Amino acid sequence: MPEAKQDTKKIASFLLQEIDRLITKPVRLMEVCGTHTVAIFRAGIRQVLPSQVELVSGPGCPVCVTADEYMDMAIAYAKRQDVIIATFGDMLKVPGSTSSLGEAKANGADIRIVYSPLESLEIAANHPDKKIIFLAVGFETTAPTAAATVLSADEKKLKNFFVLSAHKLVPPALKTLLADPEVKVDGFILPGHVCAITGEEPFQFLPEQYHMPAVVAGFEPLDILQTVYLLAKQIHDGKPNVENEYKRIVKKNGNPVARQMLAEVYEPVDAIWRGIGPIPNSGLRVKERYQAFDAEVALPIEVETTVKQTACRCGEVLRGLIKPTECRLFGKACLPEHPIGACMVSVEGSCAAWYKYGSGRYQYGTGNN
Amino acid sequence: MCLAVPAKIIDKKDQLAVVELSGVQREVSLMLLPEAEVGDFVLIHAGFAMQIIDQEEAEKTNELLKEMNSLA
Ligand code: SF4
Repeated sequence: MPEAKQDTKKIASFLLQEIDRLITKPVRLMEVCGTHTVAIFRAGIRQVLPSQVELVSGPGCPVCVTADEYMDMAIAYAKRQDVIIATFGDMLKVPGSTSSLGEAKANGADIRIVYSPLESLEIAANHPDKKIIFLAVGFETTAPTAAATVLSADEKKLKNFFVLSAHKLVPPALKTLLADPEVKVDGFILPGHVCAITGEEPFQFLPEQYHMPAVVAGFEPLDILQTVYLLAKQIHDGKPNVENEYKRIVKKNGNPVARQMLAEVYEPVDAIWRGIGPIPNSGLRVKERYQAFDAEVALPIEVETTVKQTACRCGEVLRGLIKPTECRLFGKACLPEHPIGACMVSVEGSCAAWYKYGSGRYQYGTGNN
Repeated sequence: MCLAVPAKIIDKKDQLAVVELSGVQREVSLMLLPEAEVGDFVLIHAGFAMQIIDQEEAEKTNELLKEMNSLA
């Protein structure tokens, strides 16, 4: 489709021209979602934006913000003979305080990678003598799938399926970032697939309380350019708002069925974010009614945590304070095959994305290739 | 991790749908999207249909962009 391609090119250059016209002083826009980080790198968006517009990555990779304590607990469960761990593949390399699930697996632990949490129910049905623990990580996009899985397990009366919850909620994290005087952001590129569930309402506090522009964004290159354009317009006009660039997916009220299932199974709880620390009401725990499926309650376990000292600067990366290349371990001791910090683990982690797509090819913020 | 992909529903039975995803047929759960019907394009994440893709809106975006294009 050469014609469509031509159109795309024309539209992109129009948007870029407009962004350049509207932005008259340097601005920093934060993409909250790791999938956006990758999409931005893939499309080379940083390179084409006017140099006044800086894009910084935020805390939007669930794997990256999963705390050592959680990984230590998952590893402790994995070492039990009567346990099978079911997990998304990303979690295997995440470092705990002394080890990783990958290491546990190499040492014989039964750890199975699943694409959907529902697969853990099949494993549970096929192994009645074992306890299956699903590592329930992820933001508002993923948490309803775990909630639905718990409800299915309840309906099927499964007695050997459990979740170990480390779900995280995005709005409280943004609030914490904005309360940090070190963090400098002029607008948010909101995570489209989180909003597909939550709708726009949970992000209204951004313009209302913080005078902060925000646009719900899709993941195609043009989606992102249009989002930056809409943010530029809001900044230029001094009229912050929550706008929706991703209407084909994100309805104003999100997905009510998914939200209701989430609220049936989970309730908000204070949670620790790796590199950021505790954030009030930013996590989810299983409600009392479904506690039989909560590994922490139904299968309590003693975990030794050691405080680990490394030079990893993930916390600063996740808050957009430094770029990954400023960490002295980046690309040296810390590599995707051998991550020191969690930001180097998932392809959507800022450090991993910078390593894969960015390093050596582009100087951040200078507009130089 | 919040990666989600579009797919078309080609069959539906209760809370299970069969979708076609890059030429491969796959079962996904409709627990979170019970209203989805055969023929709908839906967004898939972790084995669940998450949202119906609004084709009209998908085209509107293009139109809007084209309109802006003509202003340039
Ligand atoms: S490069 Fe590695 S060590 Fe440095 S901040 Fe990123 S994850 Fe941490």
